[in-house]
Amino acid sequence: MITMKDLEIIKKNTLPKIALRHNDTKEDESVFKKQVLICRGTGCTSSKSDKIEKKFRNILDEKGMTEDVDVVRTGCFGLCEAGPVVVVYPEGTFYSHIDLEDVETIVDSDLTNNEVVKDLLYKGAIEDDVIKAIDEVQFYAKQERIALKNCGMIDPECIEEYIAYDGYVALYKALTEMTPDEVTAEMKESGLRGRGGGGFPAGLKWEFTANATGDIKYVLCNADEGDPGAFMDRSILEGDPHSVIEAMELAGYAIGSEQGYVYIRAEYPIAVQRLQIAIDQAKERGLLGKNIFGTGFNFDLEIRLGAGAFVCGEETALIASIEGERGMPRNKPPFPANKGLWQKPTLINNVETYANVPQIIRKGAKWFKTYGTEGSPGTKVFALGGKVNNTGLVEIPMGTTLREVVYDIGGGIPGGKKFKAVQTGGPSGGCITADDIDTPIDFENLSAMGSMMGSGGMIVMDEETCMVDIARFYLDFTVEESCGKCTPCREGTKRMLELLEKISEGKGTMADLKRLESLAETIKISSLCGLGQTAPNPVLSTMKYFREEYEAHVKDKKCPAGVCQELLEFHITDNCIGCTKCARNCPVNCIDGKVKEKHIINTEACIKCGNCQTVCPVGAVIKR
Amino acid sequence: MIKIIINGTECMVEEGITVLQACRNMGIEIPTLCYDERLRAHAACRLCIVEVEGKSNLMTSCSLEVYEGLNVQTHSEKVMRARKDLLDLLFSNHPNDCLTCDKSGDCKLQDYCYEYGVARGTYEGEKRSLKIDMTNPFYYYDPSKCILCGKCVRACQELQGTSAIELNGRGFETHVGTPFELGINKSTCVSCGNCVSVCPVGALMPKRSKYIPKTRIWDQREVRTTCSYCGVGCQINLVVKDNNIIGVKPLNVTPNNGLLCVKGKFGYKFINSPDRLKTPLIRKNGKLEEASWEQAYAYIVERTNEIKEKYGSDAIGGFASARCTNEDNYLFQKLFRAVIGTNNIDHCARL
Repeated sequence: MITMKDLEIIKKNTLPKIALRHNDTKEDESVFKKQVLICRGTGCTSSKSDKIEKKFRNILDEKGMTEDVDVVRTGCFGLCEAGPVVVVYPEGTFYSHIDLEDVETIVDSDLTNNEVVKDLLYKGAIEDDVIKAIDEVQFYAKQERIALKNCGMIDPECIEEYIAYDGYVALYKALTEMTPDEVTAEMKESGLRGRGGGGFPAGLKWEFTANATGDIKYVLCNADEGDPGAFMDRSILEGDPHSVIEAMELAGYAIGSEQGYVYIRAEYPIAVQRLQIAIDQAKERGLLGKNIFGTGFNFDLEIRLGAGAFVCGEETALIASIEGERGMPRNKPPFPANKGLWQKPTLINNVETYANVPQIIRKGAKWFKTYGTEGSPGTKVFALGGKVNNTGLVEIPMGTTLREVVYDIGGGIPGGKKFKAVQTGGPSGGCITADDIDTPIDFENLSAMGSMMGSGGMIVMDEETCMVDIARFYLDFTVEESCGKCTPCREGTKRMLELLEKISEGKGTMADLKRLESLAETIKISSLCGLGQTAPNPVLSTMKYFREEYEAHVKDKKCPAGVCQELLEFHITDNCIGCTKCARNCPVNCIDGKVKEKHIINTEACIKCGNCQTVCPVGAVIKR
Repeated sequence: MIKIIINGTECMVEEGITVLQACRNMGIEIPTLCYDERLRAHAACRLCIVEVEGKSNLMTSCSLEVYEGLNVQTHSEKVMRARKDLLDLLFSNHPNDCLTCDKSGDCKLQDYCYEYGVARGTYEGEKRSLKIDMTNPFYYYDPSKCILCGKCVRACQELQGTSAIELNGRGFETHVGTPFELGINKSTCVSCGNCVSVCPVGALMPKRSKYIPKTRIWDQREVRTTCSYCGVGCQINLVVKDNNIIGVKPLNVTPNNGLLCVKGKFGYKFINSPDRLKTPLIRKNGKLEEASWEQAYAYIVERTNEIKEKYGSDAIGGFASARCTNEDNYLFQKLFRAVIGTNNIDHCARL
């Protein structure tokens, strides 16, 4: 049986090993002189950070430096665009885009001679020859990390490091000092809202499940993250799996459950592996299982793998999938709080929501509410992507404006292009235009702007993005991912997509636009689950803010952003040097011209394959 | 009892029932394609949607339980428009072949399209076109006509307990199928035909043969009877055309509650078979000859007495039929034990 004293001993023994990167510990307490943190999240690992880690270990071993220099495998740092990422402490030197060949250089220069390898630094980590530590880099400076607190900071496969960062203290506190009702009350007081999409107050959900009658109850974690581009849940499980385990135990205590399941996509192999390691370690330490902290509280946790259906992120479909049924949503009510897994009261939250819980219980609801806005306390992790300089995961306090995210954290739009809109909420969300760029981001404001928080995808679009094309992209996704159970979603989204395709091919009519809107309305109000009910949002929102763009496709048969292929024509400008390369590469022989003379494309015969533009050595082929 | 408001009228209804049941009890018709009172609410076709005060989205009445103060509109403009749109969507992905479809006149999709004024599917575009599964000897499944109400799948799982079929594929590609798409004959299907009985459209249909000619529903008549295959006494309607039985429909009453087995559902072709025995036969000089029932009974009595006298009771054995009722079988064994005096009595029990 583990005690608080054991936790304290583990922390005391571990602190010297992590002192270089632990804010509240002095460097001179460290047993190491240097610590090399290597991102082993999915992004960096797919860029060979696993081999980089191995090489660091091998070289340090060969050179006999392992006593002074420690290599730490961490979860995601968030700035995936810079990967593979290597950070050297105590300085917090931020190396980006590291190749295998760079390892030796870093060892010889930084780790041996304390000389930073400037060429390998992240571009934002050096300004006027002044080197900035990772937390001073613009991308991180405005962030506030609660859910991602330990990500990129600790070794996720080492429970001792989690404990050294006050892990499982919240669980101890709850089990020994609080009643289950007090835990629920604290959650309610914190105002934490579900981070998976709907934004339903988590505390209320806990209360409903706690009050539901039933001898057996379940705690589920929704780790079936599916929004295109969103990967915060994966990063949390890869970087800090114990925070989710601790939170689920707290939830189990609060609602009276002894069994939890984490439903996670099989496409997240690293997250699955680390979570399993974390569960095993917690069980070994007595932090999971029977009679935890000697309080008589039992809690067990198991992983269930999803097979990649987007709809299984919908809670009732997720439950059906765990039960071994086809992953299709069930009609609500009854809600899972009353009839969930195997018809028993079930609490279901997503990964990011849980990641906030231990800190809320440990530091109190009052502390949590110092972040964010009144209606949406705390922070939110966004997966920033699209036409923005810094892409990756950003955690910001609610109430931060879009401008701050795009320009301060995201570093603005590449090539000095004009900002057009931001898409939030993925396939369920909508667009926010330049007019609203200074609106503080929270649940209410996003809804009021016709978008939604969703799970936190944030795609920046510039003037070269066609809004019809964006709507088509998301519809294409929902059509693929519709489960096929209810009529409006199965049949309706397909027809919406067909209408959008028609419009983007220049074959649409004004009647089609009207049709699109009315069909969208029917799907929205009559679909069974959230997937169908929100599937029309990207269309409705782009039609609301960019109607003139739709009309340009329909009336003028033009795509103002120059994206919709069918509406474009390829032309050769006066810059043509008459090299004949385009004509030789044209698969339909529609380019005429003599050597050293300007060539001409026969636009009627052109199939718009774009070969000519690709091969032209002087950029004389343009689309318009 | 609790008080709810339906279409502006206050009414007292039983607790625990659904809005759909409450409406039907009041004589308000709500269209449904996937609803079946014997099955768990599926809420998939969405036709039974109603407007509930305080909710922005429409709710399915088949799954919504009544609660105190509930205020619903079953035929508001918003509801009617959405239902019409849903029918349009369904019919847009359905062959426009009612003129030649066997189900015409008995098809719920056709009925509702008529009621809601859907003359044709107005959404042009792709239609589901998958191969018809003809592998079962008694019925076929045509995916292009299927509206994916899931009643067949659920009847197979929840009522029949066989789970031979499931929804395969996702989204627009969804269809009813068997594991690994091997075909119905390679599945655990027992050909009970309950899927065929619940199909609201022409997707699951009995196969035609020389015994089941092309007919229109209005040329058929139905005759209620009791299935003669066993003692359960399943209630059925024989579908009759020109005094020929061309089909069987189960009745949703005790004891079978709308279900049948393969024999009851499909085993009626013997009735018109030329090989069918219509009188008793007595073997005379090694040849079977037709006889009257009186002659047959007299012959049985005569021979039984003869054998019993000559060889004793145990030289006689009786074999009973599962097509008889329990009462018949009880009397049969009584006859053998008490009258003839032997325990040589058995039962086929395998029919």
